[in-house]
Amino acid sequence: MNNLFVYCETEQGVVADVSLELLSKGRKLANTLGCQLEAIVVDYNLYNIGKQIYKYGVDVIHVADDRKLAPYQTLPTQKIICDIIKQEQPQIILFGASSVGRDLAPRVASALRCGLTADCTSLEIGDYEDKKTVKEDNGELRTIVTPYKDLLYQIRPAFGGNIIATILNLQARPQMATVREGVMKKEVYDENYKGVIKPFDWKKSVTDLDFVVEIISRQIEKSKINLKAAPVIVAGGYGVGSKENFQLLHELADVLGGEVGASRAAVDAGFTEHERQIGQTGVTVRPKLYIACGISGQVQHRAGMQESAIIVSINTDENAPINAIADYVVIGDVAEVLPKMIKYYKANSK
Amino acid sequence: MKKGFKIIVLAKQVPDTHNVGKDAMKEDGTMNRAALPAIINPEDLNALEQALRIKDQYPETQITVLTMGLPKAVEVLKEGLYRGVDKGILLTDRKLGGSDTLATSYAIAQAIKTVGDYDMVLCGRQAIDGDTAQVGPQAAEKLGIPQITYAEEIQEITESSITVKRRLESGVEVVKAPFPVLVTVHGSAAACRTRNAKFYMKNKNDESNIITWGAADINVEDEKVGKAGSPTTVKKIDAVVLQAKESKKLTSSDQDVDTLIKDLLSNHILG
Repeated sequence: MNNLFVYCETEQGVVADVSLELLSKGRKLANTLGCQLEAIVVDYNLYNIGKQIYKYGVDVIHVADDRKLAPYQTLPTQKIICDIIKQEQPQIILFGASSVGRDLAPRVASALRCGLTADCTSLEIGDYEDKKTVKEDNGELRTIVTPYKDLLYQIRPAFGGNIIATILNLQARPQMATVREGVMKKEVYDENYKGVIKPFDWKKSVTDLDFVVEIISRQIEKSKINLKAAPVIVAGGYGVGSKENFQLLHELADVLGGEVGASRAAVDAGFTEHERQIGQTGVTVRPKLYIACGISGQVQHRAGMQESAIIVSINTDENAPINAIADYVVIGDVAEVLPKMIKYYKANSK
Repeated sequence: MKKGFKIIVLAKQVPDTHNVGKDAMKEDGTMNRAALPAIINPEDLNALEQALRIKDQYPETQITVLTMGLPKAVEVLKEGLYRGVDKGILLTDRKLGGSDTLATSYAIAQAIKTVGDYDMVLCGRQAIDGDTAQVGPQAAEKLGIPQITYAEEIQEITESSITVKRRLESGVEVVKAPFPVLVTVHGSAAACRTRNAKFYMKNKNDESNIITWGAADINVEDEKVGKAGSPTTVKKIDAVVLQAKESKKLTSSDQDVDTLIKDLLSNHILG
């Protein structure tokens, strides 16, 4: 009872990377808490689900497997998850902050009247003392201290960019959080780990009315941009200045065998496509080399790239926050520096 | 065929996150909205445009914009009226302050229930001050209606249903839902039109199309709103202190860029 749950998102029976990452993190948190790790999967043809996820340290897989449940639909999935939660009483449930997770988790939280923290960049277990000051009948003030043990610290950069907030759910259970793909590391716990499958009798949870939203067509394509796997990332910010200047980043990335990323400001300004966004609300990357071009480096952006092995910052602003975490700081204009980098790479790399 | 639909657009006034000052946060970790320049949340404008397009096609459509916030959020309603919205509702009450997404969606759902008759609720996918994307789906759940998230285009609308193209991370999906339904609109949908001179003149000094409601008007239970109704607590706020690395400072001169590349190559950072 009171175990840690992860909702595992699948596409045609294949578990998404973000869910595997959450299982990896979930196993560690479950070990800290001394509880089991359980997964919920709702899809069709899930015969090899155990083979896919036991090795991440999963003890129990709750499975709702039916042709009607695939592909993902909000209402049936929400009803199934809510009923599993009511039955199993988990203390924590984690969702990927993906198109599916961000559609589903808020609806589950609302139905259960639970708190939900979006886009966490770190999850920890810790204690907390809640202090409330109350006024006695005789007019005296008294502080009531309520201790809580083993809460989920849901940590995320918050608004404004210069603060990190730690959010707690004191009373409502389960404690719920979403995490973006790439934030947690995917790590096999034990190749030979074995758990059990618990089929869930989903027909008791779902009625015909839950199928009112009809899927007419779907075109799912794997993104051609693979930032997570790129050894070198040339990323541009608002300081790049234009869509045309972004072409220089592509040229350098091509020469270095890398990929082009961007800050949110550059995406918002229309310099490049959304799939390239790095940071808290984009992709998290850990390349060997991160070349930040005209990126000031707000905390939301740094959250997505600060674990890069080597960081080069090219910026006209000597005081850009990103320079503080850079290994090399080139004070200069991107349009001037990038062509030189191409030139000298070609000259030196023979 | 129907000549019009009843649409509620949810819009939020948000701090312009590109212009954040030092007074932005209060000590308890909630936002000090009063200290910030305010704009309409960008994706709510995308949602408003979708509503206006339906009204272009079905002129008897009635659009109500609903906003919850400080009294100055009335500006959001005005901007809606200047673009052809019929009515604005401002939900403002100190009791609602400090609400997290769950308490906010409850108050909004109560306000929608008070409006009563509607075919669809349209809102932005998420607001730029929190990026949670939670209030839309949570309001739909509280209303007991289906949701369509990340709408990019309304492809068809009939007397009883709407067909929407959704923008997903890894592709697109077209879905059809019966009314009533809540639709969250993605930033890749059509941009919002500008103010219309005729509507501007008509509404500039006229507040008769704006209604202000407090918590009592929408029948909320006090323990479900504000801090009391919010299951999340902010434990602490840390200022971010950058651990300055020992970084090598270079200029854009040929010699310095050459040094940089040679350094990266000799350390096998570049192959």
